[in-house]
Amino acid sequence: MGLQAMTYLVVGLTFAIYIGIAVWARAGSTSDFYSAGGNVGPVINGMAIGADWMSAASFISMAGLIANMGYGGGLFLMGWTGGYVLLAMLLAPYLRKFGKYTVPSFVSTRYYSTGASVVAVLCLLAASLTYIIGQMTGVGVAFSRFLGVSNSTGIYIGMGIVFLYAVFGGMKGITYTQVAQYCVLILAYTVPAIFISMQLTGNPIPQLGLGSGFVGTDMSLLGKLDEVVTGLGFGKYTTQVPGSLLNMFVYTVSLMIGTAGLPHVIMRFFTVATVKDARYSAGWALIFIALLYTTAPAVAAMARLNLHATVNQAVMQTDGDLFAPENSLVYAERPDWMKRWEVTGLLKFKDMNGDGRIQYYNGKSKNADFLAKVEAAGWKGSELMVNRDIMVLANPEIALLPNWVIALVAAGGLAAALSTAAGLLLAISSAISHDLFKNIWFRDMTDAQELLAGKIAMACSIVAAGYLGLNPPGFAAGTVAIAFGLAASSIFPCLMMGIFSKTMNKEGAIAGMLSGLGITMLYVFAHKGLFFIKGTEFLGLFGGKSSFFFGISPNAFGAIGALVNFAVAFAVKNMTPPVPENIAQMVEDVRIPRGSKAVDGAH
Amino acid sequence: MSTDNSSKAYWKETLALVRNMLIIWFLVSYGAGILFAGALNSISLGGYPLGFWFAQQGSIYVFIILIFFYAKKMGKLDEKYDVHED
Repeated sequence: MGLQAMTYLVVGLTFAIYIGIAVWARAGSTSDFYSAGGNVGPVINGMAIGADWMSAASFISMAGLIANMGYGGGLFLMGWTGGYVLLAMLLAPYLRKFGKYTVPSFVSTRYYSTGASVVAVLCLLAASLTYIIGQMTGVGVAFSRFLGVSNSTGIYIGMGIVFLYAVFGGMKGITYTQVAQYCVLILAYTVPAIFISMQLTGNPIPQLGLGSGFVGTDMSLLGKLDEVVTGLGFGKYTTQVPGSLLNMFVYTVSLMIGTAGLPHVIMRFFTVATVKDARYSAGWALIFIALLYTTAPAVAAMARLNLHATVNQAVMQTDGDLFAPENSLVYAERPDWMKRWEVTGLLKFKDMNGDGRIQYYNGKSKNADFLAKVEAAGWKGSELMVNRDIMVLANPEIALLPNWVIALVAAGGLAAALSTAAGLLLAISSAISHDLFKNIWFRDMTDAQELLAGKIAMACSIVAAGYLGLNPPGFAAGTVAIAFGLAASSIFPCLMMGIFSKTMNKEGAIAGMLSGLGITMLYVFAHKGLFFIKGTEFLGLFGGKSSFFFGISPNAFGAIGALVNFAVAFAVKNMTPPVPENIAQMVEDVRIPRGSKAVDGAH
Repeated sequence: MSTDNSSKAYWKETLALVRNMLIIWFLVSYGAGILFAGALNSISLGGYPLGFWFAQQGSIYVFIILIFFYAKKMGKLDEKYDVHED
């Protein structure tokens, strides 16, 4: 069977499974729609969180990012997993005990204020909408690359599938489809990794393979990689740092607290039956996530080594000369997978020195010794442009794996994008139907009316997300990082103070959220332009780029925003009236598990 | 919750547990994975430099252990102070 037919078969089969689950798990009440009836087991919930969490970006782009960043890429690995420790210990059990469907419901009750709830809904919508743009474009990319349909056809098909199981099934349909999607995506990620680890190190477990010897040499895989990349003028793989250690530190903090503050993840803890289950399901979620996140660095390092070995034969020789002319790959003799990916534009070759061979190295190196060697070899610039997504997408082809593995990777990429999109859509539609409609505008809605409102809100969100996916705003590339910044600087501190401080009042919470959010957006806009419009950067106001605020990159600024949030909140609290007595009592009550009941929508 | 005192004691023990867990959380990720990674890299774990291993593998394993340990300990605390769910 040809690759194309095989891909259609595998993807079609997984879609049939998702739709079958949707038919089986229709939502009959608001409780089904918002919290899957409130009786999902901790292991199943953990798996659903895993699928919810691992987006198209985790699946397709993360390994490529790490491959480029080397050691520094660890900030994504630690940041996106360490957040679950915070979630498990600081938020999840208490929000579960509180027992309402949504994050803004907690904010509205704890801070006895509709205003605070509206600010929380705004933060939630801003974070979720920016996040979903990336997912919809991911769906389009996956479809067009693997199934040969156009980008927009891909997005329409994706919208249709999500519509079927999200609108009719709500949280219930989404949860059980996500379990299936998790299984597909984790198989798709680990199977190629096992094959490649086997080929390069002889060890089938990628996590161990990364720490093993490189086949055919007496060097370790990482030692070999260090030698090759430094030889080609790149930073040393195992020590390379993004910017500075301080930047890496702050960036990791931002990702961790951003993770703990993302509403579509927090919502999942309302689906388990007890506080105890909420604690354990965070642990299970992290196990399922770690399966992919500990494999990713192996995929990254091995794919990078494979790529260099493909274009430069010296990589596979002991003491080979990277600069010897005959070691560079002759363009006309390049392998088939390179030809295939050149068509997509993800791989580009430009023969700078006209020798018909591919020289791939760090063209931006400032190292004088290295530049002298480049000069002596007659190299005129790096001739290969490699998109980082290739590290995962083309991995099975680079390693010459069978067609069914390539088809599986296609199905896995789609599963990752669809499952995250569905979780985000649910967070958005429940904020609209429950927090705005039911709790603010139409308080006397019946359960059936609210369910209908939820389904309509979901359908509208899907259309809006599809539109944004088809016409991505110019700033699409930076959006996921912005979503984390927003969640880190506004939602996380607000929830944490709501649980751990009995005296935090509504004035403090609102002022904190707005100032945390404000300063983060200000910093991002200063670097990237007002609302990401090029040319409106205003860094000059603060004295220029490089020296600005200890060289912390805008994506890493959420942590500073959170600090500002805490500081402002406590300052304002001390100047305004204290919290009412019943709220302090409520906080007491949230802190103990006894008396937990199924989550509901009541006030 | 029977008395105010027992409620205070429960919360105090909870906070102490969370504090200890977060100290370890900080040490493996920000400590071993970032601040001291350079120094730890002189030690190797198989083919891994140790600091690199903490940043890309080890800290994640420790996070998982921390959450399960915490969940188990909290279960015991809940029973000790008689605030567990039925």
